[in-house]
Amino acid sequence: MASKTAEYQLKIPSRTDNLELIREFVSKVAQMVGFGKEDIEKIELACDEACTNVIKHAYDTESEKNQLDVLVKVDLDKFTLIVTDHGKGFDPKGLKMPDMKEYMAELKVGGLGIYLIKTLMDEVDYNINPGVKNQVKMVKYLLNQKNSQVVNSGNMHS
Amino acid sequence: MENFNVNCKDVDELSILYLEGFLDAHTAPLLESEIQKLVDRDRYKLIVNFKDLNYISSAGLGVFMGFVETIRSNQGDIKMCCMPSKIFRVFDLLGFPSLYDIVDGEEEAVKLYRNSEAESSVKQNSSQKS
Repeated sequence: MASKTAEYQLKIPSRTDNLELIREFVSKVAQMVGFGKEDIEKIELACDEACTNVIKHAYDTESEKNQLDVLVKVDLDKFTLIVTDHGKGFDPKGLKMPDMKEYMAELKVGGLGIYLIKTLMDEVDYNINPGVKNQVKMVKYLLNQKNSQVVNSGNMHS
Repeated sequence: MENFNVNCKDVDELSILYLEGFLDAHTAPLLESEIQKLVDRDRYKLIVNFKDLNYISSAGLGVFMGFVETIRSNQGDIKMCCMPSKIFRVFDLLGFPSLYDIVDGEEEAVKLYRNSEAESSVKQNSSQKS
């Protein structure tokens, strides 16, 4: 099966006033690919949360030198969003996923973005290398047919 | 470019906040400072009208989480109304509907306050009688 991949990239200073532009960028690509309105909203929010984490936590200051890299890879069956920074990074694997009841009781805000990303996207993977390169990779399957895609490709190969 | 705005109106003891535009990590500090101003004036009975809000991220949700404890410990609340379905979906994902009163219209939110006032005055009266 020939795989048709297209890549779209946005390199932008790590500042909160760029969040709107970042959301517009991913949302336009997601729209072009053919996602429905609700999926586009999910992708947009997941990307915002990942970028906000970088702006707030990976870099100590908001500076023009601190770049945020948003890469969108479009394959036949999936939409991959990769957010890269070169800051100190933070390892979400060490962060406890908030138990919602506990969270509500304690009224804590930390970790909420990461919880949202996991809920909004089909797959999330972190590759953290502090000071060198930190990446958050998020995948959304087209038409949300994650399982049937696996079955289909299996049939094609057999 | 200012893509978020908060307008605030006092109606008797209630303060109604009208949110407009995009509420994210960039604009959340503006909402935070508006709510802080209300708290500083001892205004604790808030209604947040979301009718013209187009977008919310966890940074925006965090503002409400940051204030709700103080506000409730001062006999106040944050009641929410007129939420577009796009915004409600985000609140719902995080289980907020079990933590906040979210109603369709502004009048309903006002009624919730009035009813709870009526209830507490009934309670006061009955406790005075007994």
